[in-house]
Amino acid sequence: MTEKNKTLVVDPLDQAAGNGLMSRRLFLNSAIAGGATLATAGNAFAQEAVVGEGQEEWTLMPGDDLPEYGDVSRYEKGRVKRFVAPPPGLATASLSGRTPLHLLHGTITPSGLHFEVTHHGIPDIDPDRHEMVIHGMVKKPFKWNVEQLENYPTVSRQYFLECSGNTRVNWADPKPDQNFMYMTHGLVSGSEWTGVPLSTLLDECGVSPDAKWIIAEGADSGSLARSIPIDKALDDTMVAIYQNGERLRPSQGYPMRILNPGFEGNVSIKWVRSLYVTDKPVMSRFETSKYTDKLHDGKSLQFSLEMDVKSVITRPSNALSLEKRGMYEITGLAWSGRGKIAKVEVSADGGRTWAEAMLEGPIQSKMLTRFRIPWMWEGRPAILQSRAIDEFGRVQPSRKELLAARGRQAYYHYHAIHSWSINARGAVRHVFA
Amino acid sequence: MFLRKILMASLLLCGATITVAQESRFGTPATQADIDKRFWSTFPDGENLPDGQGTAMLGKPLFEEQCTICHGTPEARGENDVLFGGHGTIGTDKALATVGSYWPYATTVFNYIRKAMPYTAPMSMTNSEYYSITAYLLYENGIIGEGDVINKETLPDVKMPNAGNFIMAYPEVPEEYSIQK
Ligand code: HEC
Repeated sequence: MTEKNKTLVVDPLDQAAGNGLMSRRLFLNSAIAGGATLATAGNAFAQEAVVGEGQEEWTLMPGDDLPEYGDVSRYEKGRVKRFVAPPPGLATASLSGRTPLHLLHGTITPSGLHFEVTHHGIPDIDPDRHEMVIHGMVKKPFKWNVEQLENYPTVSRQYFLECSGNTRVNWADPKPDQNFMYMTHGLVSGSEWTGVPLSTLLDECGVSPDAKWIIAEGADSGSLARSIPIDKALDDTMVAIYQNGERLRPSQGYPMRILNPGFEGNVSIKWVRSLYVTDKPVMSRFETSKYTDKLHDGKSLQFSLEMDVKSVITRPSNALSLEKRGMYEITGLAWSGRGKIAKVEVSADGGRTWAEAMLEGPIQSKMLTRFRIPWMWEGRPAILQSRAIDEFGRVQPSRKELLAARGRQAYYHYHAIHSWSINARGAVRHVFA
Repeated sequence: MFLRKILMASLLLCGATITVAQESRFGTPATQADIDKRFWSTFPDGENLPDGQGTAMLGKPLFEEQCTICHGTPEARGENDVLFGGHGTIGTDKALATVGSYWPYATTVFNYIRKAMPYTAPMSMTNSEYYSITAYLLYENGIIGEGDVINKETLPDVKMPNAGNFIMAYPEVPEEYSIQK
């Protein structure tokens, strides 16, 4: 290419240094202008079309500058989101932001789409004024801010988090919910969490051998508190400070949170500021009035902390209908609060016959595992189901089995097999089967 | 068994010698003030309940002023959680879980409202005011008398109607409610 036909109008603002050194940006711009001139200049080539004809405009010019913080495509905005429109008459659905599992792939949930339930709003915490103290039945109480925690050797692990209210609509609602998967399964997500093992900090304080529970409290406007069994706290509980490689987001507990792998989400206290080591649970509102499971005989399960083995098909689902007959991939997620997923079985005939799905590795303990199985749809009605089994042989129950054991008022810990019905036109609906 | 005991004892002894000087690599020793500022939990046995006291009589006007707007009255429910009634509904398909019909410990009521209510202005009242509102909620639910004094000595002794109905599910749901047969 030659620059000889080109006239450059030099804006002093574009100069990068003396004697004609220009901003690299300008060079890019003028190069386009130059290119365009060249393409029409030579008469000898007039009959020939430029090679780029028919290309989209974004292929024919350099794109935008790099953003300081990357965002999704503008065409995805409003499509991939955490809320369904609230039903008419209800002011807001914003106390729980739900993960759109039906629109996502893989097992890591983008941080901005991680589900989130808030009881007292999201505090705007200045990390310089936030400290976490460990006290109670310890030899010596200590406190840490986030910069101090950063000095410790950290661990990074992938774990799912699930609100025990996930899928609660399937307990009592007379009709199967059709709000895509937001309402039925949107309160489970997967992330890589980085933090300091709680046991490291407890060791430094010197925990009494009589300790049985740790009461964790947050700095939110409800000072939300939950009791963590000491065996859990000394096993894999961490004080997390990063999620998916970056500092926690405010809605996930910035600057520090408790993360109890496999436990119901509410126990993983966000914005944690006090850990009281003791020999009894605190019996906070969130382990008595809420997060207890009402049974048909008037009793309630309390401290049902470990999440049960569970799975759901994410494609197809009622957000994604089948367009035509042919080969499809059925895929979904399985998880267990106790350990690894050992097996997922899929049925296309409402549970009469089952086939083993392929599990996509690495299969990690207390993390989402994706399963896949090819499926030839010949245009006949079908009911798709998935059934997970964990490494301890725990089997995801049918809805009938679960309701028989617990009744319909439990509200929390619904984990039965989920059913998608497909009609002859390929439309997918959530059904109770 | 005996051998295990000796082993345990010697382990504990070792632990004690190793950790004589309790040190944190990067943490700072916490003062009582550091703890008091962050520790709001009060326990069913009365641990950590503060001084102060109140009665339902004193609590009624406070409740009407600070809480009714969101929680209604014993006669008319409000927009947020129902705090009165529901007795005998737990275990039916019309379960109405309230402070009176469901909560197993009276200390939880005081603990929660003291740190979290009124919703838009938590911690904005005195301990005696929170004791009084607690007394009012207990009285309207038929659990204590109108003039009963509620404080750190009396609150743990209040018997809640549904207290006996909670089953410990950690680490394992008891056999009869287990789905994994
Ligand atoms: C601005 C509205 C508002 C006001 C005023 C208010 N509350 Fe609340 N209250 C709420 C909300 C919202 C919740 C539920 C919070 C959640 O989602 O966890 C709640 C929950 C509660 C609960 C727990 C109920 C249960 O069954 O778990 C109690 C008890 C309570 N409030 C008592 C009070 C008292 C006492 C006052 C007055 C001092 C008060 N509230 C003032 C909005 C309010």
